[in-house]
Amino acid sequence: MNEFKAQRFTLTRADLVRYAGASGDFNPIHWSERTAVAVGLPGVIAHGMLTLGLVGAAVDTWTGGAEVLEMGARFTAPVVVPDDEEGVEVTVAATKVTRENDTVTIAMEVRCGETKVLGMPKAVVRDGA
Amino acid sequence: MTVVVSVASVVEREFPPVGPYVVSAAKVAEFAAATRYAGSGVPPTFPIILLNDAMLAFLAEVGLDLSRIVHGEQRFSYTRPLALGDELTASLRVASVRSLGGADVIGTVSTLTDASGAVVCEAKATLVHGGAA
Repeated sequence: MNEFKAQRFTLTRADLVRYAGASGDFNPIHWSERTAVAVGLPGVIAHGMLTLGLVGAAVDTWTGGAEVLEMGARFTAPVVVPDDEEGVEVTVAATKVTRENDTVTIAMEVRCGETKVLGMPKAVVRDGA
Repeated sequence: MTVVVSVASVVEREFPPVGPYVVSAAKVAEFAAATRYAGSGVPPTFPIILLNDAMLAFLAEVGLDLSRIVHGEQRFSYTRPLALGDELTASLRVASVRSLGGADVIGTVSTLTDASGAVVCEAKATLVHGGAA
């Protein structure tokens, strides 16, 4: 297990388009400002599963590729991605790491700016150490 | 309101399986790049590709509009890691529907099985239809 250093990811509109293509999730709220606003969102938002994908990336980095047994979260606040070059930064931080028998449970905090965007993000991996 | 009734009527109904879907190196590489996954295996959220197809089939069946759907929650539990060459099939079941502030909150449970019929992954999703997030 590596040091559990917070992982930072920048998301731009291009990243949302890339994820849409990779995942097959073409819900227009992830690329059309018009549609996003029409359904009451503040603007185009990232796919919740893209944010959870970043969690998967962070867990893989932290654990050196440990086998993931469980992973999940609630999507509690939208990650609004502006139509500019800078995009937004999503930070995945481990808040509590618990070793039990042959598993490691990683509780996290995932923020976009100051806002927590996931509820109870958690991963359980097999303890290879 | 008619939407609420039609969704509620599908509780406990199992929808026709989607697949088989073959996990290819090219798709895994594309998905890993899109989610910044640097590992050598298949990213843990990769099954969403097939689960999304299962969800779209469900939405079409009950006449719900994708742009009115917000993903509320997603949980995966894995029996084993996914591997290149896996032939996966997804079966979606609606576990619960409740009404909350004018929105339908739909709980689904999807099971991913491989070519041998063994369960690879179980995925629970909450889909919120109708209310803005």
